[in-house]
Amino acid sequence: MGASVEITVTVNGTAHTHDVEPRTLLVQYIREHVGLTGTNIGCDTSSCGACSIHLDGEAVKSCTVLAVQADGMDVRTIEGMAAADGTLHPMQQAFMENHGLQCGYCTPGMVMAATSLLEENPNPTEEDVRLGLEGNLCRCTGYHNIVKSVLAAADS
Amino acid sequence: MTITDEPTATGVLGTRMLRKEDPALLTGESVFTNDMKIPGALYMAVLRSPYAHARIVSIDTTAAAALPGVRAVHTGADLLDDWAAPMPCAWPVTDDMLNPPHHPLATHKVHYVGDGVAVVLADSDSIAHDAIELIDVEYDPLDAVTELEDALSDRVVIHEDLGTNSSYTWNLLVEEQDGAVQQAFDDATFTVHERYVQQRLIPMAMEPRAVAVVPQPFGGELTLYTATQIPHVLKVMASITVGIAEQQLRVVAPAVGGGFGAKLDVYAEELLCLALARKHGVPIRWNETRSENTVATIQGRGQIQHIELAADDDGKLTAVRVRLVADMGGYLQLITPGIPILGAFLYAGVYDLPKAYDFSCTGVFTTLTPTDAYRGAGRPEATYAIERAMDALAREVGVDPLELRRRNFIATDKYPYEAFTGLVYDSGDHDKAATIAADLIDYDGFRARQAAQNVPGATKRLGIGLSSYFEMCGLAPSRVLASLNYSAGGWEAATVRVLPTSKVQVVTGTSPHGQGHETAWSMIVADKLGIDPADVDVLHSDTAIAPLGMDTYGSRSLPVGGVAVGMACDKVIEKAKQIAAHQLEANADDLEFSGGVFRVAGSPDAEVPLAAIAFAAFTAHDLPDGLEPNLEAQVTYDPPNFSWPFGTHMCTVEIDTETGEIDVLDYVAVDDCGVQVNPNIVEGQVHGGVVQGMAQALYEGAHYDSDGNLQTSTLADYLMPAASDVPPITTGHSVTPSPTNPLGVKGVGEAGTIGSASTVMNAVVDALSGLGVTNVEMPASPNTVWDAINAAGAPS
Repeated sequence: MGASVEITVTVNGTAHTHDVEPRTLLVQYIREHVGLTGTNIGCDTSSCGACSIHLDGEAVKSCTVLAVQADGMDVRTIEGMAAADGTLHPMQQAFMENHGLQCGYCTPGMVMAATSLLEENPNPTEEDVRLGLEGNLCRCTGYHNIVKSVLAAADS
Repeated sequence: MTITDEPTATGVLGTRMLRKEDPALLTGESVFTNDMKIPGALYMAVLRSPYAHARIVSIDTTAAAALPGVRAVHTGADLLDDWAAPMPCAWPVTDDMLNPPHHPLATHKVHYVGDGVAVVLADSDSIAHDAIELIDVEYDPLDAVTELEDALSDRVVIHEDLGTNSSYTWNLLVEEQDGAVQQAFDDATFTVHERYVQQRLIPMAMEPRAVAVVPQPFGGELTLYTATQIPHVLKVMASITVGIAEQQLRVVAPAVGGGFGAKLDVYAEELLCLALARKHGVPIRWNETRSENTVATIQGRGQIQHIELAADDDGKLTAVRVRLVADMGGYLQLITPGIPILGAFLYAGVYDLPKAYDFSCTGVFTTLTPTDAYRGAGRPEATYAIERAMDALAREVGVDPLELRRRNFIATDKYPYEAFTGLVYDSGDHDKAATIAADLIDYDGFRARQAAQNVPGATKRLGIGLSSYFEMCGLAPSRVLASLNYSAGGWEAATVRVLPTSKVQVVTGTSPHGQGHETAWSMIVADKLGIDPADVDVLHSDTAIAPLGMDTYGSRSLPVGGVAVGMACDKVIEKAKQIAAHQLEANADDLEFSGGVFRVAGSPDAEVPLAAIAFAAFTAHDLPDGLEPNLEAQVTYDPPNFSWPFGTHMCTVEIDTETGEIDVLDYVAVDDCGVQVNPNIVEGQVHGGVVQGMAQALYEGAHYDSDGNLQTSTLADYLMPAASDVPPITTGHSVTPSPTNPLGVKGVGEAGTIGSASTVMNAVVDALSGLGVTNVEMPASPNTVWDAINAAGAPS
């Protein structure tokens, strides 16, 4: 443990300032300091992607970033995806309409990764989607309907 | 029996209604156990054994206890007085089964890597984890036992007091007359004897386990929040084990991120958090890391299977003999010994076998993580063995594997069919499911392509595999469970409560963790009562709200719990009908109920809606004499039989014989789960199950070194497939309603897993059979495939 460090991170449009231990992971910061628990933790080797968020617009696994590295940066989490009036983001809507989730634990990370994927490649093939999501694991769906959801979101 | 090709959508039932669960899960609003904010909670971390088998010589906790922020450190010996009973095993499969005492923390010996040795309570999770590093344990290492044959030999007796590593041997010998099995083998034209290995699998629900216990400040009540499939069973078991009066224990399963059987258990950490919250009077919580999960949560499978088939001139089965050795791991968990027994009834698959069946299973201890239920629980293993062996028999007889199965299928007109075991299979049309699958994958066309491509010297070889299966679900008739020595019943409870404003609350004893019960139960109720499913709320997974239940596992929720919900609706309608008759001054027998309205037959104007009756039942101003106020009914349903979903899966592969790499080309799953409540949910269950079985076939395995160290202890090492590793799945179905229950449903949670591993491996062996390969072990990694090709030694 080292001395705490003050950081300011903008999360879903709101600036937050906290003192954190230098070893604090960004995912821990989001969950424990900011209090947004939609971002889930599924592993301890940066393998599962459940904690995927957007950091300055890019999808990252938030367990691979220290909170202090995110100082001054812009974070978007699953809680920041739907519109203020509750209207789901098109990717969230596509997951709902295509039964792209079952237990829902990997889902926030999947939605964040998939959104980022479409920003880079707005018209992916099925193969592009499967390769693009290979860093995000799901145990329930066999990926079939996740891929279908992302392709549907690309079409919408 | 009515057999239709399409689900019959009557109103909302059978439609692809979108799930009610999804908005909260998609926006991050759902609260999983480790999302809960619990002021004042201490965090527990568990120090785990780095040895598979060792004596604990001493434990020094001084440095850990001195770390700032640490509130307590406890060893197994410290806590012995906190347990009223050892950890439970609810399935003593034989009267003489050996079950070593097992406490939440080891006391004098450890029996697998990951066995808990001590716990720290601290102000934060990170301090607790820092502190366990400071605990100094001196171990006296003993030999590990990691192989089943080695365990059977008793070279090293793991639990010395038992005198042997064999926990039990369970036999099922069914013969028309004495010696019928041996006679059948003696008389057989064809026999096969196959040996298969079911490697250990790590269930890997995406949510690791998590526990939080909150004590009430006065009175001694404890609330246990835990990522479990079984809040009701856990309440009973935890109250006995920790010694808490059962009415003072409330168990809640918040949002649960997948289970697959691994959360169907009573875990040390649940009991530790309970005992420590009671001891210290503060909330205690524990969040499992993934690396802990791979060793401290149960694993699945772990069997060596010997299966022998006897067949006549036509390849029709005349006898089946099975010998299993099943890996229990270091201790017996909740239903560890019963898992292979659940498969005992399925080693003749969907085939018309005479009474000539000989099954025996020996459960043995090893110094590895305990095994227990994993999706399918005994039935994927059984299906794997019979379906792989059927392909071997087809090669022996010299007929196509699909043809061999057709010769052996139980004929549709024989249903309901009393099987050799005495179990009655409810309904089935195996030829139809196989035909649909064959059409979807173009079986004959693929065989022609295969013949053209798999010529001598070809290095890209095609294969096609199939598997026809029974799921055997709807666990279970309580009397059958009694005959298997299982310590609980198999019923399920439901309450349907029509509120004064005609909205409906359903209380269910099932405990969903991804299956969509809120959606499916709402659809059943909406269909029965003629209301909007949005007006139905489903309450579950909290023993204070839903005190009666048997929880969710074994594909039981719909055919037992969902059926109970439908029956409770029928009781509500029956009561409402009496009120309607009273209001309409008609005879109840003359009333018809449809679309939420009671009408007098033949008098179209005489009608009253359910909504009016609900309010009348609430005010109770004018009810028929003797009728109780309010409109509510409870049903506890004990199913008279299992349900028997069935189907055929087919898969095509192309294998590069120079690299051993397998490319799965197409996968077709045709499943018949009876009446479908929501085809989206059915297909989703099949997709996920198929990929889990495919993962066993091609990728996954808990690999241990000879010292009992897990070599695949993280998601970086354990090859759980990603989207890029698996193909799309083509689903097809037939609908053969179950005659056992009024909804005609069968269940579908495990079908995909039960059918898929054998399907994929049959395709793999089929592709290589021209090279002399007759078996490839799972997981069929490129290396394993390459080795199998080279061991067969045939010129390619």
